[in-house]
Amino acid sequence: MVTKFLIQSLVYRFSDTVALNRVTLDIPANQITVVFGPSHAGKSTLLRCLNRLNDLIEYEETELAGRILLDGQDIYAPGVDVTELRRRVGMVFALPIPLPLTIHENVTYGPRMRGEKQPGRLDELVERSLRQAALWDEVKDRLHDPAMRLSGGQQQRLCVARTLALEPEVILLDNPTSGLDPLSTAKVESSLQELKEQYTIVLVPHSVQQAARVADVAAFMLGGELVEVGPGERIFTRPREARTEDYITGRFG
Amino acid sequence: MSRQTSQKIAFALLTAMAVIVVVPIVLVVVYIVIQGFGAISWEFLTGFPSNGMKSGGILPAVVGTVVLTFGTALASIPISVGAAIYLAEYARDSWLTRAIRMAIVNLAGIPSVVYGLFGLGLFVLFLGLGTSIVAGSLTLGLMTMPVVISTAEEALLTVPQRFRVVSHSLGATRWQTVRQVVLPNAIPGILTGVILGLERAAGETAPILFTVAAFYLPQLPRSPLDQTMALPYHLYVISTQVPGMPLEMQYGTALVLLVMVLGMNLVATLIRSRFRRRRQW
Repeated sequence: MVTKFLIQSLVYRFSDTVALNRVTLDIPANQITVVFGPSHAGKSTLLRCLNRLNDLIEYEETELAGRILLDGQDIYAPGVDVTELRRRVGMVFALPIPLPLTIHENVTYGPRMRGEKQPGRLDELVERSLRQAALWDEVKDRLHDPAMRLSGGQQQRLCVARTLALEPEVILLDNPTSGLDPLSTAKVESSLQELKEQYTIVLVPHSVQQAARVADVAAFMLGGELVEVGPGERIFTRPREARTEDYITGRFG
Repeated sequence: MSRQTSQKIAFALLTAMAVIVVVPIVLVVVYIVIQGFGAISWEFLTGFPSNGMKSGGILPAVVGTVVLTFGTALASIPISVGAAIYLAEYARDSWLTRAIRMAIVNLAGIPSVVYGLFGLGLFVLFLGLGTSIVAGSLTLGLMTMPVVISTAEEALLTVPQRFRVVSHSLGATRWQTVRQVVLPNAIPGILTGVILGLERAAGETAPILFTVAAFYLPQLPRSPLDQTMALPYHLYVISTQVPGMPLEMQYGTALVLLVMVLGMNLVATLIRSRFRRRRQW
């Protein structure tokens, strides 16, 4: 298995809290890696280290130690183009956040910011991304309507399409189904199975059940530490750590 | 006294106070309209003063005020909006930004006559611009900056942070995020601030007193280095410096100034309410 992301003893601190404590994790390419655990375990912080979105935090002193390698390259090395990194490592957030633009403009936002101007190429990206996100048929006749007019479930699929339009290598999904009904959740989960053919996927799941359903690799986090990592089927049937077992059997969390 | 009674009294008192605020503005407007409406005519609006200001029109003053307002906009908007973008989008908390904010607060507190003297010293004399439209516009521009900067910064900060995060997550730079997402959604608020600032500039007398305003000119200004008449100063002149001035003409001039300023206010309100209805977030 090819390693996409290699995280080596990553420590991340906000002012006086240690959000991530010596996390070491190998994220394989073209697999679904699920990072699960109770709230405040550091899952979202870990995801936001992978595309350096944590760089945007301004109101607190932050500190990062350890290394994150993407295809062997340190993404925190000086001289790394962060915008290019974020294009390669796309992200879908917990709540759908369409920009106050049209559907078309939302999907093409990333490519346009990178300098893609050709209308034909942009239209093509829009159709392909919306199809991949299973939204094309619902919106193909109103691509120039405001994205905010879509329903919640449609907005979240739009956000997935917008991330796909970046043509990224990795997709980070931070609890993408938190606001969705079971039916839409099932749609998203099944599309993940298709997407992993092309992309490396890192998912913070909505629940332990979701983690068990989709994980190729599962990593259990607790209090900023990585407790256990292994193939999904093993973690959810024969965990080695007592804390992992307590959490997945519902004894806490 | 029962809780209900004290509640009723408190409610009545607070309502009365809110109404009292409205009374002066209504009285001022009504009084000036009644006193000045008779003076308004085509000749009054499009004619030059004649007979030692005692008859004729106020055209040069109206034109002067319009020109000065545009000049002020040119002088103030780029710097103010740029500073607001810097403060809202780029600045981190440091001694420099604290100093800038302190300066803005203090600028807002300076009396307008001091701006006038400062403009005289810097623009008219030191930079050799003379008493001119340029010098007056720069002085007025300086005066409007604190208002425009504060309202523009506020408008930028009301654009939800999540839009910025999403924009960055899609590989946009900070400047692209500002241009594509933040500014378009803040423009109406910024415009409101700009208009409020210009409105104050249009009505001020003291800053233009030493920097641009002319007592009387027989012609309209031809270049930015000319002096010009202006409504607030003209009103001051005909109210205090011209013996035997017909009262109706004074109120007529006040009415024209009031309509111009309130008109700008109305535009600002319209922009804001239109935007509120269109806003999607």
